[in-house]
Amino acid sequence: MAVNDIIAPENLVYQKPKLMNDTTMHYCPGCSHGVVHKLVAEVIADMEMEEKTVGVCPVGCAVFAYRYLDIDWQEAAHGRAPAVATGVKRMWPDRLVFTYQGDGDLACIGTAETIHALNRGENITIIFINNAIYGMTGGQMAPTTLIGQKTATCPYGRNPDIHGYPLNMTDLASRLEGTCFVTRQSVDTVASITKAKKAIRKAFEASMQGKGSSLVEIVATCNSGWKLTPAQANEWMRENMFPHYVKGDLKDTTGI
Amino acid sequence: MAEKEVMLMKGNEAIAHAAIRCGTDGYFGYPITPQSEIIETLAELKPWETTGMVVLQAESETASINMIYGGAGAGKRVLTSSSSPGIALMQEGISYMAGAELPGVFINVQRGGPGLGTIQPSQSDYFQATRGGGNGDYNVIVLAPNSVQEMADFVDLAFELAFKYRNPAMILSDGVIGQMMEKIILPPMKPRRTEEEIRKECPWAAMGRKADRNPNIITSLELKSEVMEQRNIHLQEKYKTIRENEVRYETRNCEDADYIIVSFGSAARIGEKAVELAREQGIKVGLFRPITLWPFPSKEILELAKSKKGVLVSEINAGQMVQDVRLAVNGAVPVEHFGRLGGIVPDPEEIVEALKEKLIK
Repeated sequence: MAVNDIIAPENLVYQKPKLMNDTTMHYCPGCSHGVVHKLVAEVIADMEMEEKTVGVCPVGCAVFAYRYLDIDWQEAAHGRAPAVATGVKRMWPDRLVFTYQGDGDLACIGTAETIHALNRGENITIIFINNAIYGMTGGQMAPTTLIGQKTATCPYGRNPDIHGYPLNMTDLASRLEGTCFVTRQSVDTVASITKAKKAIRKAFEASMQGKGSSLVEIVATCNSGWKLTPAQANEWMRENMFPHYVKGDLKDTTGI
Repeated sequence: MAEKEVMLMKGNEAIAHAAIRCGTDGYFGYPITPQSEIIETLAELKPWETTGMVVLQAESETASINMIYGGAGAGKRVLTSSSSPGIALMQEGISYMAGAELPGVFINVQRGGPGLGTIQPSQSDYFQATRGGGNGDYNVIVLAPNSVQEMADFVDLAFELAFKYRNPAMILSDGVIGQMMEKIILPPMKPRRTEEEIRKECPWAAMGRKADRNPNIITSLELKSEVMEQRNIHLQEKYKTIRENEVRYETRNCEDADYIIVSFGSAARIGEKAVELAREQGIKVGLFRPITLWPFPSKEILELAKSKKGVLVSEINAGQMVQDVRLAVNGAVPVEHFGRLGGIVPDPEEIVEALKEKLIK
């Protein structure tokens, strides 16, 4: 069979999501961001919401998320994405509004904005990429860095006597009355990617149905920051991150 | 024609009424003395039941300015207010709005500083307001009301200017104007814009991409220095246009005057009385009141000062606007400063005494 016969449209089983731009990504090979971007793009297209979506990107590795998805975006100051999203959603209640934030942005400098937006029950979704490190600035300690984990600013390992403890924002979010869906997922296997996509879909549906705030944490790899190969990073995540950041739905009152 | 609605109210309350009446889509704010009546009045008037305007108490000034960023970035008329320490906290967001060219409006009902300072009135945030205030080379349009009427009228004006130039605009008031009660005529009711009108007026807004256009991106970020320099040059050209077209000021008794008092906001109200008192004593004094503090009426002040014997800049701070007046006058005539600090509001008599002591001798 000739190649052109094989790649005929009727044989299509997989394609680049139509809302992904043809832009070279700046993410490192092995990083989880690309996969999560793809899932967000697919869900928006599946829901036919591309003309009614506003994304809010953070400061951190995902600062350029607006280059990659073919939707309207607002780039927020560090940690302020939930406040920016609140402004957009309150002004345009029929829009799909989500933030896309890393652990430093969401769980450190933007803790107040995150907790209060969630607790007000803003009808937004927060996609939370937790890789336990500051990726963009070169691998410094994050609020979610594990005890003993080495980073550029705790080169001998995170020591709670000096640095305090990892902050579990998703557990915290599940206790807030304003949240309707709080879940923790990963994108390291095909099965986990499928589950993560379903979680994002549920969160976006809940936002549009006015059920309250949703938080979708993705436990993610930063192989460059962790100084591991992509394959080793996945292993390290499974061995060290998953026991501390346990996957699964922490809260679901959506009825979806 | 419908009868004019005359009411007696505080400056802060006037802001709230005017916001609802001029088609504001949303107010986001955090309580702080001496301006809390703005959000309290809005909460009492419940505009979400009438015009559909949203009123939301944020968790901090940092959050409220970023809610303004989001709302303005989505093309809406959004407003916040605070007093000096809260405005200091907002500077990050204001800089981002200037960088992203967003047309939000914010109100500073100033109190004395530095730090937690006092809850009494002051004009000591002049530098912060007129020099940008946050990081980077930028300016915000600054309007200084001197009456409860202007508190009301400047809300719509600030929005008009903000949207005309895609630039943040500030109303720089103080605890005197915010708290004093005066008779005012409420501005006429103006409907909120429809989605169609917003899409037309704000083709840049990130509010959902229709199939007929590329995505709109609201951002102040650009890593390529060459592109960032061009963006800065664009901003500076815009500021030049604003300086050329939007200077506003008022003069009183200046024609035959030997001396000029330059004052803004509440200090200008006290200055009016000082002019009266001085003239009773046979000293011919006039008042020049900048209404826009940025852009500053430099040319107009120079033109006026040239033929006079001297200028007294009277402001409720340690000497801030006096620097702009000195730059404008450029040594043509003596320019002196008088101010009270820490929340003390000067008497007109003190201003006349200062004029005599510093300029007439």
